[in-house]
Amino acid sequence: VSTVSDPRSNEAPLCLLASDGTLAEGHAPALDDRELLSAWRAMLLSRAFDERCFSLQRQGRLGTFSTVHGEEAAVIGSAWALDPSRDWIVPQYRELPAMLHQGYTLTRFLQYFTGDPAGNFMPEGVNVLPFQISLAAQLPHAVGLAWGLRHQGSDAAVIAYFGDGASSEGDTHEAMNLAGLRRAPVVFLLKNNGWAISTPVAKQTAGLSFAARAAGYGFPGELVDGNDLFAVHDATHRAVERARAGEGPTLIEARTYRMGAHNTADDPTRYVDPAELERRRAADPIDRLRRYLLNRGLIDAGSETELAAELGQEIEVAVRASEGGPRPGPAALFAHVYATPPQRVRDQRSEATGEPG
Amino acid sequence: MAVMNMVEAIRSCLSDEMQRDERIMLLGQDIGVNGGVFRATEGLQERFGADRVVDMPLAEGVIIGSAVGLACSGLLPIPELQFLGFGSQAFHQIEGQVARMRFRSQGRYPMSMVIRAPFGGNVRTPEMHSDAHEAKYVNAAGLKILMPATARDAKGLLAEAIRDPDPVLFCEPLRGYRLIRDEVPEKDYTVPFGQARIAREGDDLVIVAWSAAVVIAEKAAELAAAEGYSVAVLDLRSLVPLDTDALREAVARCGRALVVHEATLTGGFGAEIVATIQQEAFWSLQAPIGRVTAPDTPYPIASVEEFYVPSVERVLAGVRAVIEA
Repeated sequence: VSTVSDPRSNEAPLCLLASDGTLAEGHAPALDDRELLSAWRAMLLSRAFDERCFSLQRQGRLGTFSTVHGEEAAVIGSAWALDPSRDWIVPQYRELPAMLHQGYTLTRFLQYFTGDPAGNFMPEGVNVLPFQISLAAQLPHAVGLAWGLRHQGSDAAVIAYFGDGASSEGDTHEAMNLAGLRRAPVVFLLKNNGWAISTPVAKQTAGLSFAARAAGYGFPGELVDGNDLFAVHDATHRAVERARAGEGPTLIEARTYRMGAHNTADDPTRYVDPAELERRRAADPIDRLRRYLLNRGLIDAGSETELAAELGQEIEVAVRASEGGPRPGPAALFAHVYATPPQRVRDQRSEATGEPG
Repeated sequence: MAVMNMVEAIRSCLSDEMQRDERIMLLGQDIGVNGGVFRATEGLQERFGADRVVDMPLAEGVIIGSAVGLACSGLLPIPELQFLGFGSQAFHQIEGQVARMRFRSQGRYPMSMVIRAPFGGNVRTPEMHSDAHEAKYVNAAGLKILMPATARDAKGLLAEAIRDPDPVLFCEPLRGYRLIRDEVPEKDYTVPFGQARIAREGDDLVIVAWSAAVVIAEKAAELAAAEGYSVAVLDLRSLVPLDTDALREAVARCGRALVVHEATLTGGFGAEIVATIQQEAFWSLQAPIGRVTAPDTPYPIASVEEFYVPSVERVLAGVRAVIEA
């Protein structure tokens, strides 16, 4: 039984990995051991990077950002069901490990959150749209992208990430409705982490299940334990297969929990009950997977220490790389606004930069 | 040359461009079997198929929002807002996403798309259809905004918009769809952005207008001529880019200017024109610049819209007021 189900709902999420680290009997994971260990590495990297970024932010070396803390299985379990060479990710802003899987880098993330616009550039071959800040606006994009890829003969799938808060926006409804109509190869991955800043999910909707909404749009919805890497991966893998086969979209509600603050400017002690947070800590997705990997003998205490050191070094390399470059000047205001800028904008650029127009 | 009305010119352009460029997809409400509520896309679904001329659900936000994704996939969407008045339902996607995706992605995802939107009054539509909302889109940096006033320009500017890599809001005058008729070249041509058109020559005053207001301005100029005033009409064609040179030259020649637009006065694009003229041609001015616009009230129901939209009589009165000031 899941430890993260919504107390208001009696619907049981798909759970394959019990909190003691035992896998459901008879379940053969689609992830092989090599992929599983890379997912484990990504989870630890994400947690360590969150901590490092939090400290950089407190030192004034990084702007306001949001951690993934607590949602690692939901993000990584889903992203690991994609083939980065053809599939796409349409993120919100709390899915860094999924973006890394597609080829984005820690350095670019740090650049973006130190205020260098180059950080939002995805090089060719990195199939990721920019961070979305205006919540749910990315969902129509994901539908159009999936539809457009299919229109051009690709069998690619697109994962669109959003949350319980974004589910209240009109764009969520419009996007799902169109996805159903066009049978777009898109997976709507709703991370229900319980909070939209200080608004609990019970104040977001009177509905007891987000997954159930899919029926209204003519495609399947599935509720999964979002702290169970195997359950998230299994559901996403099936959804991606459906997408490739032309069977259309799927909505996956991954029930998880935001263990950190909304972002570095937020103080959750104002609204999160400490006893509740303590209970949620017991369902930490990393601890759960660790138990499984230890049971299987795929890791041991020594290998984890070694890995932690390696990840720490990787993070420091990225931090140094992100801090080394020149700071953007006023020309950055004008770069890539227009392909062919109006004269007025060219004049404004000259005035701001002192360079000829 | 063939004489076409504006809706025929637009349809002819869409057809030619779709033939030329396989990436083009049309999206909109009622644009397929029905050919669009104004028939701007009549026959195109039959010709190019339902995969390229797509009847969309009644949801402006996702008509524009999915066009963003289609553009990211390498296609060239031409979404239609059935009426610009309903563009507010998609404003967050146009202003927040379409206009700045190139900027936010540092050039990785250019938004090659043209948003077509009919607008403007005096055609007896129900409420909320006719508003001239162009000024609020001018604040969406990254967007180009076109306002054709002739059939020839509608075709040539639309072709240029489709071939331009930046996103374009292409506003079509409802009142002009069938009333505006002129000669349209049969060969392939485009009209470049940012070059205003001198619709009528004159020496005493220049009326600056765009879209259907140009027709009103021309009629008023004609009547003013009978009163002995030589009035020029400058058709801006595009608000972004703005032809500052043409404004400066017209005011330098005439010394007086009157701006006419269908939108409300305060914060309307006329304010930008007045500010630009005083910056560029202050010492040429012989009189304060006039404005004839809608009052600062919501677009009314049809029975009183003739009092709301600038009429020939009001524009003529505006001409007299500036010249006799």
